[in-house]
Amino acid sequence: MVEAYQRRSALNHFGLAARANQGGHATAGVILGESAHRTIINIRGDANDAAFTNAVKSVTGVDVPTKANTVNKAGEVSILWLGPDEWWVVTTPDRSDELVPALRQAFQGQHAAVIDVSESRTVITISGAKARDVLARGISLDLHPQVFGPGQCAQTGMSKCNVLLHQTDDKPSYDIYVLKSFSDYLWQWTEKIATNFGLAIGA
Amino acid sequence: MFLITCPYCGARDEHEFGYGHEAHIVRPTPAEYEQMSDAEWAQYLFMRKNPKGVHFERWVHTKGCRRWFNVARHTVTHEILAVYEMGKPAPQIDTEKK
Amino acid sequence: MTAQKNRLGQGGRIDRTKPLRFTFDGKIYYGYQGDTLASALLANGVTLVGRSFKYHRPRGILSAGAEEPNALIQLGLGDRTEPNLRATQIELYDGLVAESQNRWPSLTTDFGAANSVIQKFIPSGFYYKTFMWPAKAWMFYEKFIRQAAGLGKGPTEQDPDRYDKLYASCDLLIIGAGPSGLATALAAGRTGARVILVDEQQELGGSLLSERTAEIDGKAAADWVAAAVAELTAMPDVTLLSRTVAWAYYDHNSVSLMERVTDHLGPVAGANQPRQRLWRVRAKEVILATGAIERPLVYSDNDRPGCMLASAARTYANRYGSMRGQRAVIMTNNDGAYRTALDLTDAGVTVFAVVDLRSNPQGELVKAARAKGIEIIAGHAITGVKGKLAVTGVDVMPLTADGKGVTSASRHIHCDLVLSSGGWQPTVHLHSQTRAKVVWSDDIQAFVPGDKLPGQNNRSIGGAHGVFRLADCLAEGHAAGSEGAAKLGFGGQSGQAPTVSDEPAEEALLPVWIVPSDKPVGQGGKHFVDYQNDVTAADVMLAHREGYRSVEHLKRYTTMGMATDQGKTSNVNALAIMAGLRNVEIPSVGTTTFRPPYTPVTLGTFSGIDKGDFLDPIRKTAMHQWHEQHGAVFECVGQWHRPYYYPKPGESMHDAVNREVKAARTGVTIVDATTLGKIDIQGPDAAWFLNMVYTNAWTKLEPGRCRYGLMLGEDGMVFDDGVTSRISENHFHMTTTTGGAPRVMSWLEEWHQCEWPDKKVYFTSVTEQWSVMALNGPLSRKLLEELTTDIPLDDDSFPFMSFKDGHLAGVPVRIFRISFTGELAFEVNCKPSHALHIWRALMQAGEKYDITPYGTEAMHVLRAEKGFIIVGQETDGTITPYDLGMGWIMAKSKTDFLGRRSLTREDTKRPDRKHLVGLLTDNPNEVLLEGGQIVAHVKDKPPMDMIGHVTSSYYSPNCNRSIALALVKNGRNRMGETVYLPYEGKVIPARITEPKFFDLEGKRING
Repeated sequence: MVEAYQRRSALNHFGLAARANQGGHATAGVILGESAHRTIINIRGDANDAAFTNAVKSVTGVDVPTKANTVNKAGEVSILWLGPDEWWVVTTPDRSDELVPALRQAFQGQHAAVIDVSESRTVITISGAKARDVLARGISLDLHPQVFGPGQCAQTGMSKCNVLLHQTDDKPSYDIYVLKSFSDYLWQWTEKIATNFGLAIGA
Repeated sequence: MFLITCPYCGARDEHEFGYGHEAHIVRPTPAEYEQMSDAEWAQYLFMRKNPKGVHFERWVHTKGCRRWFNVARHTVTHEILAVYEMGKPAPQIDTEKK
Repeated sequence: MTAQKNRLGQGGRIDRTKPLRFTFDGKIYYGYQGDTLASALLANGVTLVGRSFKYHRPRGILSAGAEEPNALIQLGLGDRTEPNLRATQIELYDGLVAESQNRWPSLTTDFGAANSVIQKFIPSGFYYKTFMWPAKAWMFYEKFIRQAAGLGKGPTEQDPDRYDKLYASCDLLIIGAGPSGLATALAAGRTGARVILVDEQQELGGSLLSERTAEIDGKAAADWVAAAVAELTAMPDVTLLSRTVAWAYYDHNSVSLMERVTDHLGPVAGANQPRQRLWRVRAKEVILATGAIERPLVYSDNDRPGCMLASAARTYANRYGSMRGQRAVIMTNNDGAYRTALDLTDAGVTVFAVVDLRSNPQGELVKAARAKGIEIIAGHAITGVKGKLAVTGVDVMPLTADGKGVTSASRHIHCDLVLSSGGWQPTVHLHSQTRAKVVWSDDIQAFVPGDKLPGQNNRSIGGAHGVFRLADCLAEGHAAGSEGAAKLGFGGQSGQAPTVSDEPAEEALLPVWIVPSDKPVGQGGKHFVDYQNDVTAADVMLAHREGYRSVEHLKRYTTMGMATDQGKTSNVNALAIMAGLRNVEIPSVGTTTFRPPYTPVTLGTFSGIDKGDFLDPIRKTAMHQWHEQHGAVFECVGQWHRPYYYPKPGESMHDAVNREVKAARTGVTIVDATTLGKIDIQGPDAAWFLNMVYTNAWTKLEPGRCRYGLMLGEDGMVFDDGVTSRISENHFHMTTTTGGAPRVMSWLEEWHQCEWPDKKVYFTSVTEQWSVMALNGPLSRKLLEELTTDIPLDDDSFPFMSFKDGHLAGVPVRIFRISFTGELAFEVNCKPSHALHIWRALMQAGEKYDITPYGTEAMHVLRAEKGFIIVGQETDGTITPYDLGMGWIMAKSKTDFLGRRSLTREDTKRPDRKHLVGLLTDNPNEVLLEGGQIVAHVKDKPPMDMIGHVTSSYYSPNCNRSIALALVKNGRNRMGETVYLPYEGKVIPARITEPKFFDLEGKRING
């Protein structure tokens, strides 16, 4: 078993936990944080094939979203739409070892694929009244509440990085999934922009 | 900057996409290419249309769903006349349209 | 102390309770909050503000807006100084420091004005004709010409200001907040549509801000504007942007705006705000309500300080209260200028006369002027302007019956202000930027927007398409707003269209493109067409005589329409003069295609914060901090920063790399190889697919085993390589080069999705799912053994080109036995969140073996010693596997793979193509330059026949000599031959060898 201290999040070296204790959350326009070590499992298959959707549902308890750019959620598990035959199963940390074999087992006899990508990305969380103003500096998508709301996701570019953006509530709050090698850049870039809108670090 | 409607993700800015090349070029089978002269093979390999007008071309949604798809685009006005999935035939468009 | 001698006693939108101090050319002046630099200078009686570009003619303020060609200012000091700003658009702030440009030593005494004396000898085209011969000498002439031609000066220090940029989306983007734009915004905004309304001026309102008498909906124009702005401000989905210029209209309704956020506050105020902001807007529909620009008349010496556009004088009087005590004469060919006559008179400015080029003007405004006692001199022209540094008077003569000449009876009028109006040109710039056409309108004698381009969704309204009556502008605006919103599905009410009562009717204008004088054009006074580029009517005639008759030639020959104003006041006049000379219709001379930017844009806004460390992402591996802490020097590999080498104190790069390279062959070394591309491939057709994209055979690879593969393009040229492993029957793990990772992923997807969609296979990039550290060296097995209990490492259990899953230092890993050095080697793959833990554990346990971390340079030397290629270094897109001597990797049994057919092309199968060979210099310490050209025969000077080039070259401490790889024509058939590398001042001989230098038998792979 790996000791906690042996496992490092991508943004660990920015000392976010200590900074979160400095407060300022009540007055902040934007709260930034890292949600590390999330379980992210890439699944591929045919959404029109009930065998596939049933298999996913049986393992995760969640219906596969077939509407573009949407997320289905049940309990601790979300399934994010990435493309017409591609999704992410996202949940709390350290569940790959259980879910990947279960999904693979459930897909027996189908042309479907499962691969763990949890370690490839970290999640930058951004929340608050000014979150849209920060995102508008780096994302060309129209994030107006009439157009993009909670439960929607999109793969797009942010600043000069590729990201998956998922709006989780109407504060608004967003999860930004980014490849770990880019996460230093994207964090610092986002933090610099957010500083102009009243920044606090979230726990 | 173009606004391209990905058949899967919807309308997105051009910077999310990559341009491929002319659409509807079919790769000869080995049986076919074994019989082809170098000149015929070069037609497949190198020769591409460059019309002043409607061009059928292949794009990929690099920053989005990573799907390839076809676009009919006017090379002068940049009007996008059609977007259609890979494998679908080219739509009937007056290619003389100026 | 705040005396402003030409400031009217009352009126205007300035705040007289807030005086502002500023300097112009070192002299202190005062203006008021709400002034522009131009209006403040005029209020202080300063009419001489600059020198012209070529002749250094004294110049004054011509306009009150973006079209200003003369009043170009050097603003601010030190690192914030900015050249070529238009005084008409600079908002006054306290402490503003402005300098005039293009004069030395001072504005009133300018030595460059000597150009004006010799102007007969420097007509249009002078520089092209004189300095282009001999061709080589241009380099010599250029620096003197550039020095003489310079306008303002750029700052020499780094820009200290912050810039912002963002994306925005909306239903309607309305450009221009005059009557048309405001009416559009109100109508659309009321329906709930998302609206962005922009205007380049500090206040919304456009021409309405210069109105003295007009009323809308029973309110004074200014009050109506205030009410409209208040209503719009209260709408949550309406964004109002003043001080914001829409400078570019790109494809598919993408418009770029530049907002001047704090420029009006001066250099110190921007601490908490960016200086300027770039908006990249995507609109569903764009409403172009950009108004129109008045054309000056082309008359003799029409550039003297005090010559101004009629509408500009009206703006200065009505909006800024700054024309007191002036004595004006107005020349016009239309009724509109009479508004200026009326308003100036009402404001207390003396208008001596309106000189009307028309013989019998009878419009309602004309009558009103006459009723006010203003003298109207119809059928006359101003034939000359007196005064050099300032206007002192004009000569007026009667026009002949055909209007093309004047009769001799001259009358002189003393005045200090000469106002002219030649009609109005709609501001079609943004429409034209979309590459839509403009068309000529005989009614208004101007270009108006033609049909919009397919694929764009825009509409020009009001002045921007030649509709000038206020009532019509408001009605069009209202219709554009309500129809635009309705089309986009907003069903709400857009309210009543604003109304105007008692708007006087106007008569048609009389086109007069050159106002005749008593001397032929080109003799006597100068008829300026383009003030900024000093192009006169005589220059247009010269261009015509010399055959430069189309608009493209005219523009380049005379430089007309270039520089910061892009011909806003001159284009139509020049075209019309040329049309007259050619005796053709104006549109057949051509029209100008406008391109971005509408007015100059600050480069800082393009970068925003994306400069310095943010210029481009730096990609880091999970071990990056360890590398930093241990003194690594980094190398950029694409966006990745990889350790280049790890110098110990006092070591040179050469020392460090030699130490690292030797350690790999004597002890144990570790390298961060995370950046290699990794692709997960699953599905029953996965092996079939690998057979298609690689040249060798994959069907029989057993699970748990690895194989090296070369990928070719359909042209048969090598484009990537790497090791692919079979995880299970239908599951593979591919690795690619670091730089090729995205390209290979895209390549696989394209072939799958587009050519072979029926094949059952899925590709997923897992490059970053794994951190990779490679252990190389005879002691690597020994070290690993200490840290694992569940992975057997002996050759029998774990042979070369296989992999094992297990644990290392207590965490899960996958270890590949593959080698890029030819040594016993293990590539440890683990979760990035564990990587630092494992790396440290290996370093700690390896201490007793003197474990050596190495960087990319040592990695390159080690593989070159073994003759392993690097795609992109030994290959350049023109190299086949056979050229590399890698025929062994070409499956003979396969009937198809990408690139196969191309390898039998006549050119690709030639036996004498460039081949990969080794090169050994005679002098073992001589390291060749990579990229160095190779010749078989040395001549005394270039050119020499080049037969190839050096692709890789290093000092090899294991060979105790320099080694190099090269591509040489027919190289494999030249073994043992001596070739030459001619460098500057010396020639280096080298012998062609096999491309392999160390461990030729390959015995070291098992330690």
